[in-house]
Amino acid sequence: MTDVKRNRINLTEKDYEGAPSTMCRGCGHDAISASVMRAFFESSIDPRKVIKLSGIGCSSKTPAYFLGQSFGFNAVHGRMSAVATGANLANHKLLPIGISGDGDTAAIGLGNFCHMMRRNVNITYIVENNGVYGLTKGQFSATADIGSVMKGGKVNDIPAIDLAELAITLGATYVARSFSGDRKQLAPLIQGALAHRGSAILDVISPCVTFNNHEGSTKSLKYVKGHLDPIHDVDFIPPYENIEADYEEGTDHEVRLHDGSRIVLHKLSKDYDPTDKGQAITAVHAAVAEGKFLTGLIYYNPNRIDFATELDLCDTPLAELGQEDLQPTAEQLDEINASFMK
Amino acid sequence: METPSINDLNICVATENGSGSASSNNILFKAIFKMGIPCSSKNMFPSNIQGLPTWYQIRASAEGYLSRKDVIDVMVMFNDATAAKDIYRVRDGGLILFDDSAPLPAHLKREGVQYIGVPANKLVAKLVPASPLRAKQRNMIYVGALAYLFGIDMDVIKAVLQDTFGNKPAVIESNLACIDAGYQYLKEKGATQNIARLQVIPNGNKGKIITDGNTACALGAIFGGASVISWYPITPSSSLAEALEHYLPRLRKKRDGKRAYAIVQAEDEIAAAGMVVGAGWAGARAMTSTSGPGLSLMNEMIGLAYYAEIPGVFFIVQRGGPSTGLPTRTQQADISLMYGASHGDTRHIILLPHDMNSCFDLARRSFDLADRFQTPVFVALDLDLGMNLWSSEPLKLQKEPFDWGKRLNAQQLEEWVKAGKKFRRYFDQDGDGIPYRTVPGNPHPMAPYFTRGSGHDADARYSEDEHDYKYILDRLRRKFETARKYVPKPIIEKEKGVRTGVICYGSSYEPVREARDRLKARGLKTNHLLLRALPLTSEVPEFLAEHDVVYLVEQNRDAQMAAIIKDEYPGLGAKIISVLVYNGLPVTAGELVRQILEARESAAA
Repeated sequence: MTDVKRNRINLTEKDYEGAPSTMCRGCGHDAISASVMRAFFESSIDPRKVIKLSGIGCSSKTPAYFLGQSFGFNAVHGRMSAVATGANLANHKLLPIGISGDGDTAAIGLGNFCHMMRRNVNITYIVENNGVYGLTKGQFSATADIGSVMKGGKVNDIPAIDLAELAITLGATYVARSFSGDRKQLAPLIQGALAHRGSAILDVISPCVTFNNHEGSTKSLKYVKGHLDPIHDVDFIPPYENIEADYEEGTDHEVRLHDGSRIVLHKLSKDYDPTDKGQAITAVHAAVAEGKFLTGLIYYNPNRIDFATELDLCDTPLAELGQEDLQPTAEQLDEINASFMK
Repeated sequence: METPSINDLNICVATENGSGSASSNNILFKAIFKMGIPCSSKNMFPSNIQGLPTWYQIRASAEGYLSRKDVIDVMVMFNDATAAKDIYRVRDGGLILFDDSAPLPAHLKREGVQYIGVPANKLVAKLVPASPLRAKQRNMIYVGALAYLFGIDMDVIKAVLQDTFGNKPAVIESNLACIDAGYQYLKEKGATQNIARLQVIPNGNKGKIITDGNTACALGAIFGGASVISWYPITPSSSLAEALEHYLPRLRKKRDGKRAYAIVQAEDEIAAAGMVVGAGWAGARAMTSTSGPGLSLMNEMIGLAYYAEIPGVFFIVQRGGPSTGLPTRTQQADISLMYGASHGDTRHIILLPHDMNSCFDLARRSFDLADRFQTPVFVALDLDLGMNLWSSEPLKLQKEPFDWGKRLNAQQLEEWVKAGKKFRRYFDQDGDGIPYRTVPGNPHPMAPYFTRGSGHDADARYSEDEHDYKYILDRLRRKFETARKYVPKPIIEKEKGVRTGVICYGSSYEPVREARDRLKARGLKTNHLLLRALPLTSEVPEFLAEHDVVYLVEQNRDAQMAAIIKDEYPGLGAKIISVLVYNGLPVTAGELVRQILEARESAAA
């Protein structure tokens, strides 16, 4: 038993597991759940300090399949952003992770999603993006690419919403894109998102093996694998690890996160500074024009404070305040009454 | 020649909205209040920023009635657009005060009423330089004219101006100059009227306050511990949230040098409700305020909160529906929508305040009920109660400990473990339908569970099993039955031997009180039950059983509350005769008396 790997808070990988998954065999979402568990384990985060939130859809079922020791909330379709905002205000000491899908986020919940980012609510928000409504059996979603073919042959003739571009534009402060099958890249990106304080959006392409894995689909496993365009390799270095990363002066980019941890981005093909908003949007556009999926940490803004800080919330979570903290005195009511006599 | 009444007067001021009349009307109302005379005001305003007609009624009532009076004694005819109709709104023998800067057109002349002119445009032109302010100050002229005609002392006016604009001496001075000009003009002209005199009642309103229901509810919410508030602007509920924004920084103690509350203007009502659900789930006392259309949008979230058993308070300030309807007029037409909000089988607790103190008190208690029953709780107001100014006894704080309900902390869970008990989130441990609850952040290993709006069993596991599903639905119904013992009981006024009853709720209380006095004077004695909550409590069927006929007054077309009572007590429901007022205006006693007597006659015929 001694050879079981334990993290810094003495938990094993098993401690980060949840109920057995009910996804289809080979579903990209399960791979993402695995990366989520890996990220929490590697970052040594106490599951009791995590809240898991989701909307409705295949993706939104998955929080039940990881971190079984955390409170979870599978809310209504598209509105997880709002529910998570409320939970964050009630207890900003808890670490929220939201799991959503492209129907949930890019269609029914688009408005609430935009305003969550506009407020920079502290959350790690993963969109498990497969371009299709799985649970209702295969309708196009708002992230389906133009020209993409549905299983029955219908062609999508409306342009897709690019969630990464939207997130950069609307105020999210950590925006990444990745592929469900690339745990080596995805897990450190999630670790970075968990260390970041603000809205961290991860648009993760997660092919639907049942309804969107055919010839003509631009979100099939084969198509996605053939069109990935990673900007960099990603290493996450937690604050307590004093190690030097495999770091090349002048070519690698280091991102310092709020809790002192670092993400090291090893340059692959191009010079890329993720703190440059203009460059980030241009790069996303260029990749879309070439039919590629740009992956990596696309945008990062270390300067904006998160919503709970903006609201100047007290350190004690609002949910833990008692009557003595919350109820003004009878004398204060007398003063109010006196002001109403004028 | 009439003998002037003492302190019995109903003035209607007709102006355009955006013309500054809110300020002049407020001064007039507060002056009468300061004289110690029981008085009330009703603002009938349009859904518009500037230019549409608005009417403001001020009633002085020696007998202490605060509802809108349907007989108008004095019309202040300061809006040309409505003047042709306004001259007929005033009663025979009444008075019309008009601006005689220009001659009165022939079509605005009417027999049987007294006309008094005051050249407001000319007077204000002398006092105020040409500017947008001049049009606003013009309204101060009628304040002075009325003060002279009915006997409001200029010292009282000065005191009100001081109260209202204490830190702005220039504003006081310019308003006072205009008011005085109106006053002096009529004095020099020797104008007289025989309708009424206003006389100071020493200590008449001593200790009384003036406020509106939205403000009283906001204060109640603060004293009830609301800490996460999310809302979306909508008339007539916006001023409730704005009152919270105003008072929270003043009243809520700081913690760690920072704010012990969060208030968020959401992007829509769906998000506002979503934040309430998220915050309630995470353990804060959370609330929102909205009106009909917003309530419609919130329905899905309300169903989630009902089924997943999450506390939250929803203040609903009702207006004229359906759809956009009459957004600035009053109604009680969202009772059915609240009671069964969302899809599927649901039933909700609704609190029904009827005056300023019950707004404060029920708002405060709504948070206890939400936590006790782990469910959405509605506090139902209407525009008349929420936005009009009411004179009232001071707000009173009942010092009771907060009821956090069956919420277990880590220590309590540890005691359960020692006692061999298992925490089962959705299990009916005590037979009252109310399960135990933990909130996120509770570090005990037994605490966490997965909340979902989809089917679940007593242990919060996903389940589509028919027995699991039915167990939860039946327990929710049992929980609602338990709520009957916790919600505020009706207030009953009865005399032995009286066999005619009246039931009402909310802002109908004042006109009903007055109507009952008038009916009594005409030989019809009535008993009264003021409903203060849903679910119905046992007093309601008892009251129905004790009477031969019960008039149920409500402000909607479809007799929504009557339907609820008849559904629950079909045997007794036949005694109910609905008295319905749904024209968007605050209810008058005259209308109630008319309908009740008509119903009596047709029953006798």
